[in-house]
Amino acid sequence: MSCPEKYTAYMHDYLDEDISEQRALELSEHIQSCGTCEEHFKELKRTIALVQGTAHIKAPEGFTEDIMAKLPKEKRKVELNRWFKNHPFLSAASLFFLLMAGSLFSNWNQEEQFSYSKQPNILVENDTVIVPEGEVVKGDILVRNGKVQIEGEVQGDVTVINGEISGEKYLAAAGKVTGEISEVNEIFDWIWYHIKTTVKNTFNMNEDEERSLQ
Amino acid sequence: METIVNSRIKQVLKGDQNAYGEIVELYKDKIFQLCYRMLGNRHEAEDVAQEAFIRAYINIQSFKQGKKFSSWIYRIATNLCIDRIRKKKPDYFLDAEVPGTEGLTMYSQIASDSVMPEDKLVRLELQETVQKEISKLPEKYRAVIVLKYMEELSLNEISEILDIPLGTVKTRIHRGRETLRQQLRNL
Repeated sequence: MSCPEKYTAYMHDYLDEDISEQRALELSEHIQSCGTCEEHFKELKRTIALVQGTAHIKAPEGFTEDIMAKLPKEKRKVELNRWFKNHPFLSAASLFFLLMAGSLFSNWNQEEQFSYSKQPNILVENDTVIVPEGEVVKGDILVRNGKVQIEGEVQGDVTVINGEISGEKYLAAAGKVTGEISEVNEIFDWIWYHIKTTVKNTFNMNEDEERSLQ
Repeated sequence: METIVNSRIKQVLKGDQNAYGEIVELYKDKIFQLCYRMLGNRHEAEDVAQEAFIRAYINIQSFKQGKKFSSWIYRIATNLCIDRIRKKKPDYFLDAEVPGTEGLTMYSQIASDSVMPEDKLVRLELQETVQKEISKLPEKYRAVIVLKYMEELSLNEISEILDIPLGTVKTRIHRGRETLRQQLRNL
């Protein structure tokens, strides 16, 4: 092999169909005059023919079925993941909702202390808020973890969280509530109540803003 | 074909597993052939080819729409084959000859029921020899030779599949051809 190495490189370029016309000509001239290189080139071409000549083989029977059987079942988790990836906005919304629910739940458990809205003419005995007879409370009353006894009049809503309105039975007689009376004792009520007040507040805020804008 | 494949992939992404079956049907022979030529053993080839399709399915989200699916699945399969070759290297030469030769003869006989004519037998023996020599190539040369001459892919596609520069593909093909030439010159 005393020939310059470039001819071997040209042969490979030729086989890759990546050779300039000029070099191809140079190569063919050289091959015609050099037996060693001619043999080399022939062997290369034969090698390719041999490799290409190996029969095309096919995948075994039942190949696809085997794969389909082995594919992971569409798990709920995978489906959910895919769904989350495809719906980023809804995912964010549901995450938000989850966190909201979580915080509400912890609030529900934490707030075990007795508390009530401070209205000027109500009485408090132990854990009972009393609207005395003959008194008129202007505004809403909210009581947590306690009872309400209404003997007078409330011009507004009465809400009791985790407690009871014992005044109800007096209502027919003396007590009077112009707004809504509601007892919130279950977690769902609690959440519902929260949503309601949040929505109300939001709307009120909007109204306030609009008012202030006008 | 790519447009059909892309629409099937969209269906798969929506959770339609059956659409994936159609994709497997389209590529199974090519991928199986690649694995067989890389590994020289039908049983292992089937194993690896199936794993390639399963991996592609699991990672279908990471397939970039608009790219060629064929290149992607070839790439997964090639990498799996190379991993497999590297793992079994220590005992490779001990059992290389037996499954290589026997496997090919056995399956070729199953394929044709008729009695084998003399020249066909000779041709099969030749093919076995060629396959054996391919199996002896270092895996990086083997991959390019198989992709180029058995899968009939362009050098550009090979460069994309193996994620190596075009120049490197050429160098490897040249070296692979030279090695094979020396092994097969006396046939």
